[in-house]
Amino acid sequence: MDSVSVSFTLNGEPQGLTVPPAERLLGTPRYRVGLTGTKEGCGEGECGACTVHLDGLPVNSCLVLTAQVRGQSVETVESRKPDTLEPFLAGGATQCGACTPGVVMAASWILEHPELLRTHNTRELMAGNLCRCTGYDGIVDSVTAALTRNRRA
Amino acid sequence: MSVLSPGTLGEALGILAKDHAATPLSGGTDLLVHWPVRLEAHERTYLDLSGVNELKAHTWTKRDLVLGGRTTYWDIVGDSQAAREFPLLVAAARVVGAIQIQTRGTWAGNIVNASPAADGVPALMAYGAVVVLESTAGREEVPLDRFYQGYKKMSRRPDQLIVAIRIPRRSYDVQVFQKVGSRRAQAITKVGLAITRSDLGWRVVANSVAPTVCRCHAVEHMLESKVPVSSPDGFFQGLERDISPIDDIRSTAEYRKIVLSRLIYFELRGACDWIT
Ligand SMILES: Cc1cc2nc3c(=O)[nH]c(=O)nc-3n(C[C@H](O)[C@H](O)[C@H](O)COP(=O)(O)OP(=O)(O)OC[C@H]3O[C@@H](n4cnc5c(N)ncnc54)[C@H](O)[C@@H]3O)c2cc1C
Ligand code: FES
Ligand code: FES
Repeated sequence: MDSVSVSFTLNGEPQGLTVPPAERLLGTPRYRVGLTGTKEGCGEGECGACTVHLDGLPVNSCLVLTAQVRGQSVETVESRKPDTLEPFLAGGATQCGACTPGVVMAASWILEHPELLRTHNTRELMAGNLCRCTGYDGIVDSVTAALTRNRRA
Repeated sequence: MSVLSPGTLGEALGILAKDHAATPLSGGTDLLVHWPVRLEAHERTYLDLSGVNELKAHTWTKRDLVLGGRTTYWDIVGDSQAAREFPLLVAAARVVGAIQIQTRGTWAGNIVNASPAADGVPALMAYGAVVVLESTAGREEVPLDRFYQGYKKMSRRPDQLIVAIRIPRRSYDVQVFQKVGSRRAQAITKVGLAITRSDLGWRVVANSVAPTVCRCHAVEHMLESKVPVSSPDGFFQGLERDISPIDDIRSTAEYRKIVLSRLIYFELRGACDWIT
């Protein structure tokens, strides 16, 4: 079998694609749809640069085959409004930016589900997002700032 | 390579009955690591379980918590009943990789991947979990503590899927889970421990200290017979029979034995008056 047909939604848009069975979910938005926000760091599930939301949960897209997401909803960093990034820019949460799309997807999951903080803290929820530049404090502080902003709004 | 995507369990089992070489693919957190460069893995046929919805949910019956063949760590982390009745499952799930691994990785995948360092397996084994296998020929149940025969050798035929993991509901007065790794998240266990005590007695399970996750029967026996122990080394006599740790890139055999004895000692000292 050389290819498989898969239908799913990508950032809310229905997609019907024919892809090689070995294609990873990481590659489909990047190389087929032209959404290059999602990055590959390690290719082994360690770094979280490739984080996307699959049916509302953060997953590493380097460890998912596109053939597996039939009928599901995939969201990449391009689906988030630019103002999601504001606290990150203000708080020094991004420097080289390689980790940032994944960090934003992990962080936006927390911001959209603040109830997670009843059982987990931000560091545990973001332990799967490695950053070689910021030292993490800027990231954690930005998430806290964004949570505070959302509570006020 | 091909990926087959059955929509029902019956279809999935039908495919496995015909093609014994087909590899079940679930969360992919073991099978898809470094995928692009593992070209030999692209030669296989995969049976993707993503569409087999009947395997997803976990259910509570009067007697058991029943995990589905596709139930993930995150499914259990989010279940407050699990936190109350089976806290070791939640504790184990929360130290598997990080959130992005917990949302995809499944308990069944952890069992079949059969790593000696698997973190889900010790907690399940400490609770007396039973693996429920199914093929077109029927269902079979194997207690998890008898599932492994050696390194990556297990009681699963290629035509069988794990369709459920049955965990009997009992009350426990001692429950311990510890994972020692180089950091809290995204770390492969150097030494791990799960202990329970119920009216059926003690269960002591360790990982990363033998070719398979293993019950420490000699240590369990020491606890049943209340053999007085007054320092961590006191557990060596049991551990020497139970475990066979090795030196590898993550640790040494000696470290593993010493740390495991200390974990057992310091975790149980408060709970058992014969451990002083
Ligand atoms: C970055 C990273 C960190 C990790 N950290 C940890 C950790 O801390 N602790 C830990 O224990 N593990 C860890 N893992 C390993 C992995 O997440 C677990 O072993 C996970 O439980 C595997 O489940 P899966 O559904 O992803 O399996 P898959 O990769 O889909 O499959 C694994 C194996 O199980 C078989 N299989 C899957 N489902 C079934 C079924 N229902 N019936 C029969 N066979 C089946 C497959 O054929 C394959 O052989 C980590 C992995 C990564 C990438
Ligand atoms: S590229 Fe997927 S986790 Fe690093
Ligand atoms: S900003 Fe450079 S890796 Fe995070």
